Amino acid sequence: MRVADRLAAHRTGWHVGEVVAAAMETPLSRRIELEVPTWPGNEAGAHLDIRLTAPDGYQASRAYSLASSGPGTHVTLVVDRMEYGEVSPFLVDELAVGDRIELHGPLGAFFIWRPPMTGTAPAAPMPVQLIGAGSGVVPLFAMVDAHAHAGDATEFRLLYSVRDPEHVFFRAELEAAARDCPGPLRLDLLYTRQGPEGWPAPIGRITRERLAELAIPPADDPTIFLCGPTPFVEMVAMWLVELGHAPERIRAERFGGAA
Amino acid sequence: MSFITRGFSGRSRDRDPRLPPGQTLVDDWPVLSAGATPRIDTEEWSFRIVDETGAKHEWNWDELLALGVEDLTLDIHCVTHWTKLDMPWRGVSLDKLFEDVESQHDYVMAHSYGGYTTNLALEDLLDGKAWIATEADGEPLSPEHGGPARLLVPHLYFWKSAKWIRGLVMQPRDDPGFWEQNGYHLHGDPWLEERYW
Repeated sequence: MRVADRLAAHRTGWHVGEVVAAAMETPLSRRIELEVPTWPGNEAGAHLDIRLTAPDGYQASRAYSLASSGPGTHVTLVVDRMEYGEVSPFLVDELAVGDRIELHGPLGAFFIWRPPMTGTAPAAPMPVQLIGAGSGVVPLFAMVDAHAHAGDATEFRLLYSVRDPEHVFFRAELEAAARDCPGPLRLDLLYTRQGPEGWPAPIGRITRERLAELAIPPADDPTIFLCGPTPFVEMVAMWLVELGHAPERIRAERFGGAA
Repeated sequence: MSFITRGFSGRSRDRDPRLPPGQTLVDDWPVLSAGATPRIDTEEWSFRIVDETGAKHEWNWDELLALGVEDLTLDIHCVTHWTKLDMPWRGVSLDKLFEDVESQHDYVMAHSYGGYTTNLALEDLLDGKAWIATEADGEPLSPEHGGPARLLVPHLYFWKSAKWIRGLVMQPRDDPGFWEQNGYHLHGDPWLEERYW
């Protein structure tokens, strides 16, 4: 992104987005594409607030990570349906193409990956380890996608913990990025309940040993972006530090309560 | 500029007046932190206030508790839109910690184990408005919630209540801390929705 675009991406404000496409991503989540004419673009990993207003003025706001990045006015979200939620069931079951919703963003300047600047003498590129669980893969997908589009040579790995094959977000894009992307990406899927037929790796929750085996080693000093439910992030972050990663190289986003 | 969202009715009709705008009540206690959780033993823990001359006022764990721990019932508000009401806390008032501190400065930078910082005005910390908290929900504070001790400034969004608190350094201006440099508001009053700059 040009510097001017990057600066514009920090300009947070209120916007109105119109739903231009929506489709179930998995049995529990929906991909929602919005056209937001005033959107200033956003960096990979950013989020936004959605505000819904009922006829009597009642409002509900929630934060969602963006699956899209770059200078455009097209914004992509993938929303997981929370069983007892108030906003996510509306977004997954009710929101229709043509509807307009209020958005505030882009938000966040820390859980962000920026492609190395082109046209300058690059410092040795920092490898990037992405680790996500469930819908925590959304901001990490934005980084994978930005990396693929930038075509830069940074080593990228995504370790994605998901219950079974039908709950994988962005399956086609991730597999295509791992296969064809000019920037290198290694995709490690870790199925916690059930794998595809003949899946060679063990099924089950992540362990410290699996993490050590799959993640970029501490000696290569990766930047680590970690996103998922709080107990997952707490455990994995603790193991990463035990394995020798510097705490300041770990950037985390959590959702939900502590175990 | 708000408009009615087609098809949205919302869940709760009787909104608790203690909920600031844009907040939703939760029963659990979500965790918001930027990185790995530091684990600090109370044996190694200490807290200090540093003034503009560099003079340090310092307390270890037992010295902190000896200042007198208060029982509190408070509402907390996170910038990510959740609020917890009537939450039991225990902590030591910052009024006690500032008793012998002399400074011409009106602001502090709070520093945490693990490197997190947040900026605060002295007027948001004194006169019974802020504590060093050691217990919540009847339990010692767990590491993911900032234990062994965190700053507790319940009238501001909860990122101001720095976890793993290690000290306060007096500063002449309201220089931004970690989240404030990363897009959050310098002050963070939930009733004014001071979320972002």
